[in-house]
Amino acid sequence: MSWLTAPIDAVAWVFQGGAVYVFALMAVVCAVAVVVSQNVVRMAFWLILSLAATAGLFFSLNADFVGAAQLLIYVGGTLVLLVFGVMLTASGPFLQIKSRPGEMVLGGVVGLVLLGLILSSAISVDWANRGPRSAAETVGVGFNPPASGNTTRELGLKFLGANPKDLGSSRSTLSPGFLLPFEIVSVHLLVVLIGAAYLARTKRRRTGAKSEASSLTAS
Amino acid sequence: MPQVGIGSPLSEVENAGMSSVLAAASIAELLAQYIDSTWAYALAALIHAALVLGFFGVAPLVYIWLERKVAGRIQDRLGPTRVGGKFGWLQTLADGVKLIQKEDLCPEAADRMLFRVSPYLVFVASFAAFLVLPWADGWIAQDLDIGIFFILAIMSLEVMGVIFAGYSSGSKWALFGGMREAAQVVSYEIPMAICALVPVTALGTLSMAEISRMQGGTFLNWMVLHDPFCFIAFFVYFTVATASVKRAPFDLAEAESELVAGFHTEYSGIRWSYFFMAEYASMFAVSGIATALFLGGWHSGIGLEKAVLDPLRAQGGAGFLIANIIAASIFIAKGCVLVFVQMWVRWTLPRLRIDQVMTTCLKYLLPISCFLFLGITVWPMVIHRFTGRTTILDSVNVLGSELGVPKANQAYRPELVPALNKAPTGAVAPQGSEAKVEVKPEDKQAGPVPNREAVQEGQVQS
Repeated sequence: MSWLTAPIDAVAWVFQGGAVYVFALMAVVCAVAVVVSQNVVRMAFWLILSLAATAGLFFSLNADFVGAAQLLIYVGGTLVLLVFGVMLTASGPFLQIKSRPGEMVLGGVVGLVLLGLILSSAISVDWANRGPRSAAETVGVGFNPPASGNTTRELGLKFLGANPKDLGSSRSTLSPGFLLPFEIVSVHLLVVLIGAAYLARTKRRRTGAKSEASSLTAS
Repeated sequence: MPQVGIGSPLSEVENAGMSSVLAAASIAELLAQYIDSTWAYALAALIHAALVLGFFGVAPLVYIWLERKVAGRIQDRLGPTRVGGKFGWLQTLADGVKLIQKEDLCPEAADRMLFRVSPYLVFVASFAAFLVLPWADGWIAQDLDIGIFFILAIMSLEVMGVIFAGYSSGSKWALFGGMREAAQVVSYEIPMAICALVPVTALGTLSMAEISRMQGGTFLNWMVLHDPFCFIAFFVYFTVATASVKRAPFDLAEAESELVAGFHTEYSGIRWSYFFMAEYASMFAVSGIATALFLGGWHSGIGLEKAVLDPLRAQGGAGFLIANIIAASIFIAKGCVLVFVQMWVRWTLPRLRIDQVMTTCLKYLLPISCFLFLGITVWPMVIHRFTGRTTILDSVNVLGSELGVPKANQAYRPELVPALNKAPTGAVAPQGSEAKVEVKPEDKQAGPVPNREAVQEGQVQS
């Protein structure tokens, strides 16, 4: 009978918090695969899986908004562009990436330093007193909303400058919020975009511009 | 911890926060009477996953048959007639059996691993979109706060599979198809997201179930008739969605007259059919989004809820089940009509050239959608200035009372809007039907934020 009940046991385990481990393992394994594989396009593929697994981590920790943003920005946006570029350039000598021993040592050292940084910050968190945060910890039969709930609304309020924790108390909690930095960053990105378009255009001669443009759309 | 079983009335909005696993909870409770509760929950989850997966598998079967029939009729033919009786309705099944038997080829020049994996990428991305489709009140796999954002994000992953398929095939046709798909989808994603934002701005929530719930009552409450911007946005969205699932006249990635078969030229057998299952399922997914955002979701629009479904639901048990099955059928029927329109368009219009496709998106659809988005933000304030309401049609007071829409005697009833109970800014007050947004500019300059308790008790009128 045990083979019969194994899938149900597995699902039950996932509901009791196993999903986090599944996604974490997947993210790590795929990240290692990015480093190990030498074909550029396969690297991009493993990177996609790794980033998607990170999004899954966010989802299983009840941070829907961050998870979806991760999917939309990194997987759906940045990586499509990356793959686009890789596919256009990946031919002949550029398809395989072989790193020299010196580079591997350097990369290894940087990686270890980063790992140490992340580990030290993870250890310094007081995990015992953080309260129930994840969806996994609060799910049972039926549905009981996790203590912190979904993060979207808090994020929005913070963004507009209201601190959701202080609502209801008498003191004024309004602050400038993050609207101004957000606007500055977005305008900055727009400037970069226009600048990139300008730089890309001036390289072409006037006579070639038309055929270039048509060949760009034709491909 | 409120327990919601099969017997509890679901239309109460106080339960809305729990509706994410409401259906699961009910089956889980049923099972929990017989087996261990953890197991019951897991088993219920498996059953629900199987249901969604079943729909995901069966819908393409039906749609491919329908596509052939529609194509046949439009071209003055009969389409399939023999397999499975009079209308050839088992044709797709026969095709499927044939495809499974075919040899699973992989070209010599292909990148084997990527070639084999990419159909699954497309398949999974397409399936994930079904997680947040609102089938009926309380029937939604995951009632995420950010449902529409999630669905747009996850559907943008589908393009990765197509690009990889095109690249890894080791064929120029496939590579061309993949590149076209990438260029097309990346550009069409933007107007699609902005168009989806138009009704979201009007309603003030991203949750798919919440959006559907707010369009109850008559069809006059559907977002497509809410204001001129939403009306145009529906058609723009539908055009863009057709392009984003690479259907004709935007099927440049396949373009059989130019590229043999585009990105799936080298595929055969069951892997090839995965691409098509994903494509037809995505057609339903985008149509489902259109239904939920613009066409009232699971609501019939003719007052069926008040007359039949709500009493049925209140009975609980089997009544609740039947009511929700009817509601889900309404949702699926609306989606199928939109899928039919996509097919109709495909067999009517010629394929655009790639430059025309890009021009349509970047020069026309994108500016139009930006304009619509701007318009919808200004619209409630302008219309409120002239009519005192935030909508043109006073549908609630004219037609609504007979059809179960609450009278718009208050600006809103906070107990009907769970979003507001948690979001005490008091600025935006969408209600089930009417009196959407009572925003006055001076309110926005927000003095002290009204406190949470006050909002929950309904004392704060925005």
